[in-house]
Amino acid sequence: MDNNQVYLKNVATLKLDVTKCIGCNRCIEVCPHEVLVMEDKKAKIVTLDACMECGACAKNCPTKAITVKSGVGCAAGIINGILRGTEPTCDCSDPGSCC
Amino acid sequence: MDHTVEPGIYAVGNPNQDSPVLISANYKLSFDALRKELKNINAYIVVIDTKGINVWCAAGKGTFGTEEIVNRLKKVGLDQIVSHKTIIVPQLGAPGVAAHEVQQQTGFRVVYGPVRASDIPAFLKAGLKVSKEMRQVRFAFIDRLHLVPLELTISIKYLLLLIMTFLFVTAFSPTGLNWNPAINLLLAYLAGTVLGPLLLPWLPGRSFSVKGIFTAFIAISIAAHFNIIGVTKREMSAWLLIIPAISSFLLMNFTGSSTYTSLSGVQKEMKIAVPLQSTALVLGSILWIITKFI
Repeated sequence: MDNNQVYLKNVATLKLDVTKCIGCNRCIEVCPHEVLVMEDKKAKIVTLDACMECGACAKNCPTKAITVKSGVGCAAGIINGILRGTEPTCDCSDPGSCC
Repeated sequence: MDHTVEPGIYAVGNPNQDSPVLISANYKLSFDALRKELKNINAYIVVIDTKGINVWCAAGKGTFGTEEIVNRLKKVGLDQIVSHKTIIVPQLGAPGVAAHEVQQQTGFRVVYGPVRASDIPAFLKAGLKVSKEMRQVRFAFIDRLHLVPLELTISIKYLLLLIMTFLFVTAFSPTGLNWNPAINLLLAYLAGTVLGPLLLPWLPGRSFSVKGIFTAFIAISIAAHFNIIGVTKREMSAWLLIIPAISSFLLMNFTGSSTYTSLSGVQKEMKIAVPLQSTALVLGSILWIITKFI
């Protein structure tokens, strides 16, 4: 397993309001990059730089303790978005290879 | 080619009312992969309508989402088919699904299954327990190697256009048609689409555009070794601008294929990288054209 799957330092928009956390563990279950851990029955962000802003944790947080500006981390998608005047989008013709 | 599977409920083996229920996108390749892994297992698959898009991408758009799961469970009448109250949703669908809302609206509790379909038999055997390893999205050498053919083809037309332009210029220059520029451009292209993806974790820097400058150095070393980087200092400087510009831009585009870059991160690196890349490419090309005619 590569341990160096971290991206730019302190850029990800993931935020956690610990006071709202009820310790349900859902965020830890859905995170594909072990960004969060459970400590004393509360979630805690441990590797922010590994967060790809997929939004799974925020979506599955029943108390809305987590917020993140989610979207596609894709340069071509961002260029697409600028050209079309939309949000970054990875729409391309082949559904198999790309979003 | 048709990539879709008809949404609905499908039986695998001989399921009964106690058999596990797995939710799948209606992208044919995902559905087939799932069925293959469920060999010798009795289960139900509920295929939801994601317009033929895979789970991860559909979840990002919200088509693999709470609403579609809720509606589909009602439509197939799942509560009439099984006696338990658990559905297994692929973890990579989680960006589109609010587990607590699915439960509120249908009574079915969502258990997020492993990232890879190949872990499903072990997950079922363990009583729907997912190990830490099963939760992680990898981006190993072999995964990146699989992406190389796609990276190679995706921008090939721009490479050919650039090569033709450069050859055209040499054909009209006093020194006559010369293939070296074509090879240099090809090396820059390979640096960004093959070397970059393969060497990714070992290249210095965190931003992909910086990593692309390092693969450009490899391309430049190769070109210099074969004496095709130019004879004058001015021509060499031109290639020292052009090759990193191309390689850096192409590797920056690999963020879309990677499994760990974030939107705000890519935006941040592009804000700095794109102006530098375009300036380097334009300046380098002008400088190179000048060396051909002066």
